[in-house]
Amino acid sequence: MTAAAIEICQTYKRYGQLQALNGINLRIEKGEFFGLLGPNGAGKTTLINLLSGLALPDAGQLRIHGYDVVRQYRTSRRMLGVVPQELVFDPFFTVRETLRLQSGFFGLHHNETWINTVMHNLGLTDKADTNMRRLSGGMKRRVLVAQALVHKPPVIVLDEPTAGVDVELRQSLWHFIRQLNRDGHTILLTTHYLEEAEALCTRIAMLKQGRVIALDSTQNLLGALTGCRVRLKLVGKLPASLLPQVIEQTDKDFLLTLPSYSALEPMLKTLRTFGITIQEMTLQQPDLEEVFLRMVRRDMQ
Amino acid sequence: MLSFYSLFYKEILRVWKVGFQTVMAPVLTTLLYLLIFSHVLEQNTNVYPGIDYTTFLIPGLVMMSILQNAFANSSSSLIQSKITGNIVFVLLAPISYWEFFAAYVLASMLRGLVVGLGVYIAALWFSQPAPVAPVWVFLFAILGSAMLGTMGLIAGMWAEKFDQLAAFQNFIILPLTFLSGVFYSIHSLPPVWQSISHFNPFFYMIDGFRHGFFGLSDFSPWLSLIVTGVCLLGITLLALRLLKSGYKLRH
Repeated sequence: MTAAAIEICQTYKRYGQLQALNGINLRIEKGEFFGLLGPNGAGKTTLINLLSGLALPDAGQLRIHGYDVVRQYRTSRRMLGVVPQELVFDPFFTVRETLRLQSGFFGLHHNETWINTVMHNLGLTDKADTNMRRLSGGMKRRVLVAQALVHKPPVIVLDEPTAGVDVELRQSLWHFIRQLNRDGHTILLTTHYLEEAEALCTRIAMLKQGRVIALDSTQNLLGALTGCRVRLKLVGKLPASLLPQVIEQTDKDFLLTLPSYSALEPMLKTLRTFGITIQEMTLQQPDLEEVFLRMVRRDMQ
Repeated sequence: MLSFYSLFYKEILRVWKVGFQTVMAPVLTTLLYLLIFSHVLEQNTNVYPGIDYTTFLIPGLVMMSILQNAFANSSSSLIQSKITGNIVFVLLAPISYWEFFAAYVLASMLRGLVVGLGVYIAALWFSQPAPVAPVWVFLFAILGSAMLGTMGLIAGMWAEKFDQLAAFQNFIILPLTFLSGVFYSIHSLPPVWQSISHFNPFFYMIDGFRHGFFGLSDFSPWLSLIVTGVCLLGITLLALRLLKSGYKLRH
């Protein structure tokens, strides 16, 4: 069996009173576009810090392309490019100097061609000789991405890369990241924007209080919510037989769940029987937000 | 090896980019010390026979600049990187703890030695002490800058805020340098203070360094060499141990 891109076994990490990670097991295959989702404090960033060596695990093993992140850190770190969540930069240097130094840290000497390519792809070329201090927030974010890519890592980790980023940059960033994924890079993404994960990731893990509470393909997670939701605006009262299906109600507005689309027609029939007129009706697809809330709720019960 | 070199180069480039503040400013400060102290004390102080006070003072001031700047370099670079967060770029890279150590300490040594040389050259205008034993001068400059560069590394790792680092500097480094015999021979001190000075490792570094200039010192340079060497070894082992464990760097 070939090594996974990322392999995390029985990993624990505690910060004082807080059990940040509580027995994480996760395997991400090469070439995946993987999403790591969860509320604030779920342990996403802690997990990334352990993978990248910014923090050390209390127990458990983490491997990148089969290389242990503690014992074989020199190789494992070469395999990994991390875009940190915080907008950090070194105010002493220009963009090009920053990227050259970062290449050097990874032991690469003549890296100018690739640095130019990365700068070009991220729209940084005309800022190459600008000091980091003078860049806007969005530009600094691009440099962070470029820094993570200088050593052409097969595994790329993005920790909420689009937080506070304008729409245009978000689009171009995802275009570039998708391109990298197509070229064979494994992508691990944490995000708060569920629609982002939904649009990009092929597989998703959900974290809550340091545990993986769901792990499946994006499709299956969405499929877990079979059926759909109907939003209705009615003239008259909702028949009592339909009340158990109501999730939300405001005056004449009702939001109902249906086990499947085939349940739609019986519902309409009931309404007709009671002589109730539908003023408005919209059908809603399940989204990750809903899956996520459901998972979190289920986990609490 | 290239990782080490890049980190070393980054540290040097940082110093170079703010050279006015990192090299020129300390040279000027030290020259002011020289100007004022020698003016005030020239007439009534004679530490070693045949050596006027200004000449006596210069090696001490040179060594003091070396020590202070070596400390300032690693400590301020680290605390800045920690507070602004850009230390992650170094921590994410495959840089071993000894490469990290060597890069920060060597860059600090270089800054200390450049400032020391600058002070010496500028001081030649006042008096021209030529070293009688340059090997001692060189040796103590190297060992002293290495020691303070390493102490700066430890202080930078330990401190979480600028004021903590300032406290380390003002309550430990500054008293140790000022009470090390830069401005006087400890033989001119009351006996109690003389014995206390014997516990100050900085005293041996300055005494040994000055021996290289005049062939005269409070103690044998060999003793100073042993004390300085042992202290340097101890502090290096401590720094390497802290770095290996990821102390306050890898949480």
